[in-house]
Amino acid sequence: MGFFEGLLFLLWTVLKIMLIIVPLLLTVAYLTYAERKVIGAIQVRKGPNRVGYFGLLQPIADVLKLLTKEVLVPTNSHRFLFLIAPILSLAPAFAAWAVIPFSDTKVLADVNAGLLYVLALTSLGVYGVIVAGWASNSKYAFLGAMRSAAQIVAYEIAMGFALVGVLMVSGSLNLGDIVRAQEGSIFHWFWLPLFPLFIVYFISGVAETNRAPFDVAEGESEIVAGFHVDYSGMAFALFFLAEYANMIMIAALAAIMFLGGWLSPIPFIPDGMGWFFAKTAFMLFFFLWFRATFPRYRYDQIMRLGWKVFIPITIVWITVEAVAILLEIEPWFAIRSAA
Amino acid sequence: MDLKLIIFWVFSLVLIGAAIGVITTRNPVQAALFLVLAFVNSSIIWMLMEAEFLAITLVLVYVGAVMVLFLFVVMMLDVNLVPLREGFTRYLPVGGLVAAAIVLQMILLIRVKWVDASQYAQPLPKPADYSNTEALGMAMYTDYLFQFEVAAVILLVAIIAAIALTMRRRPLTKYQRPAEQVLVQKADRLRVVQVNSEDNQNPAVMSNYAAAVPAVAPGDTSVDDAIDDATEQGAKP
Repeated sequence: MGFFEGLLFLLWTVLKIMLIIVPLLLTVAYLTYAERKVIGAIQVRKGPNRVGYFGLLQPIADVLKLLTKEVLVPTNSHRFLFLIAPILSLAPAFAAWAVIPFSDTKVLADVNAGLLYVLALTSLGVYGVIVAGWASNSKYAFLGAMRSAAQIVAYEIAMGFALVGVLMVSGSLNLGDIVRAQEGSIFHWFWLPLFPLFIVYFISGVAETNRAPFDVAEGESEIVAGFHVDYSGMAFALFFLAEYANMIMIAALAAIMFLGGWLSPIPFIPDGMGWFFAKTAFMLFFFLWFRATFPRYRYDQIMRLGWKVFIPITIVWITVEAVAILLEIEPWFAIRSAA
Repeated sequence: MDLKLIIFWVFSLVLIGAAIGVITTRNPVQAALFLVLAFVNSSIIWMLMEAEFLAITLVLVYVGAVMVLFLFVVMMLDVNLVPLREGFTRYLPVGGLVAAAIVLQMILLIRVKWVDASQYAQPLPKPADYSNTEALGMAMYTDYLFQFEVAAVILLVAIIAAIALTMRRRPLTKYQRPAEQVLVQKADRLRVVQVNSEDNQNPAVMSNYAAAVPAVAPGDTSVDDAIDDATEQGAKP
């Protein structure tokens, strides 16, 4: 590839990235609106209803408010790391979208090791939290960072094992091929043969994104707001953005790996991008529902759930799968040969 | 000029800069973060060599897990590097000797049989559907299965040894038993006392209620002991 050819390719790719990032940012904005409306409905309140019709302009108003606020840097904090931490948590949350297949053909980078790439990038998000907690030079922020580091390391193992189960039945690390291996109807999707892994994956995903009921890194009642206690204005907004982008990411991955991505649930209805978005929205609703329903886990209970419950469940189910594939038992074996 | 070459130069320069940063910075947390930067950059260089599995695994394992634990420990310990550097000039000649030996070995290794890089055939890029992961898996689980399993057993032994070395059973530590906590019944924790409001006026009846609840005198540890006993049984928190 020559220099100008390469440059042209680069510009074209940047354009495509924009096509993903801009709708993603809008989705994040309206996910916060949806969250407040859903939780409002669950608690028999109205939720935001003042700015625009039905409060529809509320997210825009919030963004404007955060943009105009001053970013304060605490004394004796590590200035460079303090300012780079929100970017460290946001960048992996966006970069992971490169390999997400929106439909059979629409994917930015159709790489062979897509699943590994997603796992690697989601594991990088924790640096934002740790660096923020340390650079703030505050006890509360530091405690939040410590909690988050231990929690994410614990749940990443369960999550990784759940994904090992997926790649065993699909026989591929490519996300597009994983979806194609689920062709058929709703009963051919991986949620059925991999049901325990689906549950473990999604709950670990909630824990990885620091969402309620696993939000001990923030823990308002104990450590004020955890790792982002000293952040204000746009720096805070970036953490907020990263959290919601990660939520959408986890929901999209669950849709791809366990709910058949862009495939339609009933054979005679055509497949399409709409199904992928509908499934992602369906999984996102659980995040909001969890937050409105469950009280926060105690820290030692989170650790127990991750290490002593989820990891054994995933190991047992991977063994069951391996035996089923070896003995050529359906549906595990049939799905693999279809790939 | 090739765009790939520019990318290679940019990332290798950052890699060398980050590596120098790891050993020169005074702050241990900064050193750990420089190491993370070095890992990420070397992973991108591997990616340029079409070793995508190794590149992603480097980020996943070293950056995503090992360095997080490193940072965790470094932040908690609050290491002071000044005393560690005291013998710097004293050990400089020995260190220089070791460094020279390493460089010499590397040169010898690269220039085996004294051939130039230009004499090697240029490696051909693999087709797009070639899976590095599959090739690695094939090699590891067929040709090198025995070595692979030996390595796995050694790692397992190391894990068990690390746990065995650090685990101490302290007889005084109280543990919670979640299974018993989950199975607890209403009758184990709750006692409903029927109090007739009219009885307030009657001291004789009231003293009966008082007797039902043990009176706690200051300094009386019997109640605390009772609570401790209950906690050990896991019945009551």
